[in-house]
Amino acid sequence: MKEVIHTPVPYIEEEEYHINMGPQHPSTHGVLRLVVTLQGEIVKKLKPHCGYIHRGIEKMCEKDTYPQIIHLTDRMDYLSAHINNHAVCLLVENALQVEVPERVKYIRTIIDELTRIQSHQLWWACYGMDLGGLTCFFYGLRDREKILDIFEQSFGSRLLHSYYAPGGLMMDIHPDFQKNVKAFIKYFRKKIKDYDRILTGNVIMQERTRGIGILTRDNAISYAVTGPSGRASGFSCDVRKHYPYACYDKVDFKEILYTEGDTLHRYFARMEEMRESMKIIEQLIDNIPAGDYSAKMKAVLKLPAGEYYQRVETARGELGVYCISDGNKTPFRMKFRSPNFSNLGVLDSISRDTKIADLVAIGASLDFVIPDIDR
Amino acid sequence: MAFSIYDFTSFNQAIDKALYNALPPVWALIVEMTIIGLVFLLFYALVGLFLVYAERKVCAFMQNRVGPNRVGPYGIFQTIADFIKLLMKELITIKNSDKLLFNLAPFIVIIASFMAIAAIPFGKGLHAIDFDIGILYVIAVSSLGVVGILLAGWSSNNKYSLIGAMRSGAQIVSYELSVGLSLLTIIILAGTMQFSQIVEGQATGWFIFKGHIPAFIAFVMFLIASTAETNRGPFDLAEAESELTAGFHTEYSGIKFAFFFLAEYMNMFIVASIAATVFLGGWMPFHVGGWSGFNHIMDFIPPFIWYLGKTAFVIFLMMWFKWTFPRLRIDQLLNLEWKYLLPINLVNILVMAFIVLMGWHF
Repeated sequence: MKEVIHTPVPYIEEEEYHINMGPQHPSTHGVLRLVVTLQGEIVKKLKPHCGYIHRGIEKMCEKDTYPQIIHLTDRMDYLSAHINNHAVCLLVENALQVEVPERVKYIRTIIDELTRIQSHQLWWACYGMDLGGLTCFFYGLRDREKILDIFEQSFGSRLLHSYYAPGGLMMDIHPDFQKNVKAFIKYFRKKIKDYDRILTGNVIMQERTRGIGILTRDNAISYAVTGPSGRASGFSCDVRKHYPYACYDKVDFKEILYTEGDTLHRYFARMEEMRESMKIIEQLIDNIPAGDYSAKMKAVLKLPAGEYYQRVETARGELGVYCISDGNKTPFRMKFRSPNFSNLGVLDSISRDTKIADLVAIGASLDFVIPDIDR
Repeated sequence: MAFSIYDFTSFNQAIDKALYNALPPVWALIVEMTIIGLVFLLFYALVGLFLVYAERKVCAFMQNRVGPNRVGPYGIFQTIADFIKLLMKELITIKNSDKLLFNLAPFIVIIASFMAIAAIPFGKGLHAIDFDIGILYVIAVSSLGVVGILLAGWSSNNKYSLIGAMRSGAQIVSYELSVGLSLLTIIILAGTMQFSQIVEGQATGWFIFKGHIPAFIAFVMFLIASTAETNRGPFDLAEAESELTAGFHTEYSGIKFAFFFLAEYMNMFIVASIAATVFLGGWMPFHVGGWSGFNHIMDFIPPFIWYLGKTAFVIFLMMWFKWTFPRLRIDQLLNLEWKYLLPINLVNILVMAFIVLMGWHF
C-alpha cells in the first residue's frame, strides 16, 4: 500500500480562512505555494510549501565532475548564474591551490557585478508590477536586455551562461566588451533616474511600503537573512567586504546599510546596490590586465580528500558551497546554502498582521527566486 | 427634411413625426425604442472595441512597446480578433457555484452601463432621453454595476473573487459620495440637473472656467473618484491581478468575461462623457468672448466631434493614471476618500454656493 501524504494544514481560529497563494500565482514569481491564513484581509499565519521545482541538484552533483557541477549551479538562482558559478570555481581553485591570472579575477568581478545589476533590474521590474505599476516591468526588462546583449556577445548565452570554469574562464571576452560595458554604465546612470521618478518618488509606493514587514536586526541574524534584505535591517553581512574574493579587496565600494528594516528600505538597499555595482565596474573596466584567460588546469580535476567551504555574495545574499571530497573526480557530498531558502523562512514572522496586499509587497521586497529555494 | 451635422433636432423630429403618422402610437413608440436600442448596441460594441485598442496602444507607448501591430494596419483589427476568440471560448461553469447568480452577474454589470448611456447628450439633439434629473439618473444607474460585481464575487465560490468583490463594494460605496458631491458643486453653478441645459449653460464658457477654483477642484475630485468607481488603476483593487489573480472575474471565461471587460471600458467612457459634459462643455465648441473670428472657426467643427474629443481627452487622462501609478492598499483607499476627498468636497460645495450667491462667477 502506498502511503498517502497529507499536506499539513495549519490550525485556524474562528473567522479565519485559508487561501492558497500559488503554486500558480502571479506574484509568487514561480512555483512557490504559500498557505495563508487570513482574517478578512489580514494575514494571520503563513506557511510556505516548497519542493514544486525540486530537481535534486545536490544529489546530481555527486555523480558529476567539478566542471560539470558548474552547469548545475546556473539552474539554482538563474538570475545570479555567474555568481553561482563563481562559488564553485573558487572552491575548486582554493582546494587545488591554483593561482588564477589577474585578468580572470578582473573579468569575473566585472561580470559578477553586471549580473547583480541585471538581477536587481528584474527585481525592480517585478517589484513595480507586484505593487500594480505595470510600466515598471517594461522599463526594468528593457534595461536588463542591454546587459544580456553584452553577455551574449561575449559568450553566446543570455540566461544560463556557465562562463566560468575552474581555473579561469571558458573563453576570452569579446574585443568590444569594455566599450559596450562603458556605454551601458553611461546609459544606465541616466535610466536609473527614471526608475526613481516612476517608482521611488511615488507617494503611493512609499506609503504602501513604509513601516510594513519590519525585520529587526536580531531577527535578521537569527533567521540568517543575508543580502540586501539583511543589510536593510542593519545586519552587516556583505561577503564581498568581510571575506573578499576576486578583486573586491582592490575596489572601493560601500556596503549599503539601513537600520529600519522595512519593505521600503529593502527597496532602497537594492537601488543603492545597483549604483555601487556600477561604481565597482567603473573602477575595474579600464584596468583589465592582459594575460591568459585561464590558468593551466589538469584534464581531470580531483580534489584532495577533505572538506571545503566557499561563500560568495549573490544578488540575494550569501551563497555557501560545502563540499566533501574523498579524492575522486566527483565530490562525495555537495551542499549549497542558498540565500533564498533562509530569506523565505522569515516571511511568516514579518508578514503577520499585515494586509494581503502587503504580503505581496513584502514577498517582492525579499526577492525570491524559487528554483534557488528548492534546488 | 433639413439635415445638418450641426443640429440633429429637426432630423429626429422628422423621423418621429413620420413614424407617428404611419403607425398607431404604441407601435411607433416600440419601433422608436427598438431603433434607439439597436443604435446604442452598435455604438456600445464600436466604442468598446475602440477603447480596448486605444488602451493597448496608449499603454504600449508608455511602456516602450509597439502594441498590437499584426492584425490589419497598425493592428486595428486586433480587438475584433480577440473578441471572436472570446466568443468561441468555452463557458466554464464551476461546480458548487451559485449557477443563477453566476450567470446573471455579467448581465447586471453590462445592463447598468448600457442604461447610463441613454441620458448622455452626444451632440445637439443627439440624446435618447433628456431627463430633467439627468445627472441623478446617471449616478443612480451607473452605481448599479457594483451589484453585478458583488454577485460575481459571491457566486464564484472562490476566495479570491470574494475578496475582490468585497473590496469593490467598499470602494464604490465610498467613492459614490465624492462623485455625487463633485457633480453637485457644478449643479449649484448650473442651476439644473438636465444635461441639455447644462450644456446650453456652457455656451459662453465651460463650467471648469466659469466656476473659478471650486469648479477646477470639483473636476479633479470627479476624476479621482470616477477612476475609483470604474475600478481602474490605481484603484483597481477589485481586480488586483498581482494579489487576487483576477479578483471578481477570476472564474469567468469566454463571453461572460468579455462582458465584464466591455463593461469596464464602457463605464470609463460614461464617466469620461459625464466629465466632458459637466465640466468641459459637452458638445459645446470652445469659445473665447470677443474673438468672433476664432469662435466662428470653432463652430465649424461638428458638435459630436467636440464631444468625442473631450471624452477622449478625459479617457486618456484615466489611462495615463493607470499606467503610471502603483495600486493603493484597501485601507489607504478608504482613508483617501473619507479623510481627504470627502471633507475637501464638502468645503468646496460651500465655497461654490457662496460664489454663486454673491454672483462672482462669470
